[in-house]
Amino acid sequence: MIRVQREDFDPGAEMAALTRGRHDIGGVACFVGLVRDMAGEKPIRAMTLEHYPGMTEKKLTEIEAEAHRRWPLQASLVIHRFGRLEPGDRIVLVITASAHRQAALESCQFLIDWLKTDAPFWKLEETPSGGEWVSARDSDESAKKRWL
Amino acid sequence: MKLLYFALFRARIGRGEEELAPPAEVRTVGGLVDWLAQRGPGYRAALADRRLVRVAVNQDYVDFDHPLAANDEIALFPPVTGG
Repeated sequence: MIRVQREDFDPGAEMAALTRGRHDIGGVACFVGLVRDMAGEKPIRAMTLEHYPGMTEKKLTEIEAEAHRRWPLQASLVIHRFGRLEPGDRIVLVITASAHRQAALESCQFLIDWLKTDAPFWKLEETPSGGEWVSARDSDESAKKRWL
Repeated sequence: MKLLYFALFRARIGRGEEELAPPAEVRTVGGLVDWLAQRGPGYRAALADRRLVRVAVNQDYVDFDHPLAANDEIALFPPVTGG
């Protein structure tokens, strides 16, 4: 399941809902991405996440389907927020559930690595010198390549 | 065709979308990027470094040699930075 939303989410409540009534799940992995207050040396007051409505949902659905193709998953959830966020706010949630821990842990990392390079989101940071679009990092591309 | 611009490209070009009819000799995504870059300083600035131009046709990533069709929705944007 994927959701793209402006509102915050509750990771514990989402995890509970995903596994409620299920007795075939032996392990759940969860990743939560948060807004930091620094970008390198620069203090960040807030950031605004822009996305491409339609393509965002399409890419997240494809990436989630790819995770299910590669690992035996019982359930999964990806939530990505957009709009203005402040330091400490939650940005992204990935939850994967499987019979065993290895599939849950690996697929969780796969999902966050792939959505960082494929899902059409862009961050505009509010710095003391004005708004600055965040540049993509080579390390994100190499994180994705580990899974090719 | 419908063109969409996101993030830094939208800021530089000064709009998020527009309908354009490129000349017939523009047949590929790469040709379209070249043609757009000549439309003004904002376009030129946004599209100057081709390594930093990503293109989606009908919401799928494509390479610069991808052929164009009249009813395509074409989005141009910098490398993504979500997550």
